[in-house]
Amino acid sequence: MVRSALDQVALELNSIKKSFGGVHALQDVTFTINKGEVVGLLGDNGAGKSTLVKCISGVYAPDSGEIRVNGKAVYISSPEDARAAGIETVFQDLAMIPEFNIVQNLFLNREIKHKNPILRWLGWLDTKAMTKRARKSLNRLNTRIPCYNEQIHNLSGGQRQAIAIARAVNWGADIVIMDEPTAALGVEQSAQVNDLIKVISSQGVAVLLISHNMQHVVETCDRAVVLYQGRSVADVAVADVTKEDLVGLITGAKKIAA
Amino acid sequence: MNAQMLSLNQLKQIALHREAFIYYIFFFVLFFFAIVLHDTAFLTLSNFMNIVKQTAPLTIMAVGLTFALAVGHIDLSIGSVVALSALVGALLLQHTGIPLAVLGALLVGVTVGLINGLLIERLQVSSLLITLGTMGIITGIARQITNLESVPIINQDFTFFFGSGKVLGLPILLLWTLIIGGCAYIILKKLAAGRHLLAVGGNPVAARAMGIKVTRIRLYALIASSTAAALAGLLYAGRLHGARYTLGEADLLTVIAAVAIGGTSLFGGRACIVGAILGTWLMGIINNGLILSGFSTNEQMIARGVILVIAVAIGVKEIRNG
Ligand SMILES: Nc1ncnc2c1ncn2[C@@H]1O[C@H](COP(=O)(O)OP(=O)(O)OP(=O)(O)O)[C@@H](O)[C@H]1O
Ligand SMILES: [Mg+2]
Repeated sequence: MVRSALDQVALELNSIKKSFGGVHALQDVTFTINKGEVVGLLGDNGAGKSTLVKCISGVYAPDSGEIRVNGKAVYISSPEDARAAGIETVFQDLAMIPEFNIVQNLFLNREIKHKNPILRWLGWLDTKAMTKRARKSLNRLNTRIPCYNEQIHNLSGGQRQAIAIARAVNWGADIVIMDEPTAALGVEQSAQVNDLIKVISSQGVAVLLISHNMQHVVETCDRAVVLYQGRSVADVAVADVTKEDLVGLITGAKKIAA
Repeated sequence: MNAQMLSLNQLKQIALHREAFIYYIFFFVLFFFAIVLHDTAFLTLSNFMNIVKQTAPLTIMAVGLTFALAVGHIDLSIGSVVALSALVGALLLQHTGIPLAVLGALLVGVTVGLINGLLIERLQVSSLLITLGTMGIITGIARQITNLESVPIINQDFTFFFGSGKVLGLPILLLWTLIIGGCAYIILKKLAAGRHLLAVGGNPVAARAMGIKVTRIRLYALIASSTAAALAGLLYAGRLHGARYTLGEADLLTVIAAVAIGGTSLFGGRACIVGAILGTWLMGIINNGLILSGFSTNEQMIARGVILVIAVAIGVKEIRNG
């Protein structure tokens, strides 16, 4: 897949290291993601994928190494830092409030306040404006939602995933990280999420996708980065390799000269 | 599906909504006592005004407790705060004016809430245990500072503002209820602060991931809870023209039952202020009805316990189902 117009680097990771006591979860992770590119992050259980995601999204601070966003070095030590740098994470559990409806979840901690300056100062919510924006952003992602007042726990897994992704994109993220977005979904809903990933990447968003599902990786990713025991050991264009190659890289049976 | 069916479905959903439960039970109980006690003074405006006045401190406590429950905490110390705040207010009134006395009493609430909150967050122990402990400590202090003596209040202005006064023909205790209830309603329903409060109670991990300051919000909720209890102490002191260490002692169970039956989840994430207010009024009506029917204090206590169990059972059942 060629995306010539979008080959500026959105996210660059240089020699990221992170240990927990004696466990070297990340020893040397180096790769880049371009704008509008979907990069799959692969690796066996315990390879360090989730740890890397947490380092990028501000849950952990890396021990050493450099993170650059749009060419600028950033220091990420909290989720707010990551967000300020334009990085949004769609967490595995989706970080939703089950009692809240769609709009309330979409705008959680980014509520639109009332126009009146006094009410605004009080933090008065502008529910109408939020509903309108919610409709717009979900439409933009081709996601149809029956009713915006629906509580989250009444929605299907695919719809919830769509809302979590919409929330990330809605907030103007340049880089979206997704931790196994289709792990709990059926075939049809997985396909919907794949479509959604394509839509947001076509809008210029860089996507880092963690998945154990090779089919899913082959269908949605442009490139794949493989972690093996805390190191990035391969960085391949998905079009150039087979599923079997990827599995070989993940298990360490196959090696590629970096 | 045509439009009419849709609206019928929606109606059904509203009717089955958990928060609507309090309305049914409220009017059912009202209706029940109105029939059983038709030859008494039960169904009179003055009786209802009495109920509202008597339950005003409880209503304020219930509103405060709703904040603690909204973030997923319980606050067992509110009853003891009522006593200590009333005593501190009454003692201060012997030496200073109303503003300082009120400030001192409310500070009791703020301090207790802060201590509760800090202990819970620092020690990572459940709010149930921490507030059980502070309840004991505060009760002890309340008994200690006056040697179990009651402290009379003779300041007329104070008893007007916090007890027997009337403004525009309405009892001031009703106004306190409506003002505090109204503010709480707005905070929880209309303001970002309330949204975050409920988010913390609903899914603290998610709330934190979205950048909400979970610890701080839990702290605020506990401060709100015990400050409301402190205000309830002032209302007791105003109505009774004095303070005593026993104030609020028996209120905890009533308040929890009222809030739970009003539709607030005992496990965080869902809060209903109107329900909490109606819930305390319901408890007041039941009390009043039982008294007029000739039941003893002990029997009333049993009735309150039964109601709490029913309310909690409904709440737990709903969590399993949904
Ligand atoms: N908080 C922690 N404390 C100690 N060790 C940790 C911690 N988090 C991760 N590790 C260790 O770091 C290594 C990498 O774990 P990580 O969760 O990143 O793997 P993963 O690639 O996400 O695996 P999976 O596919 O099972 O999700 C593992 O050996 C794990 O035990
Ligand atoms: Mg993982």
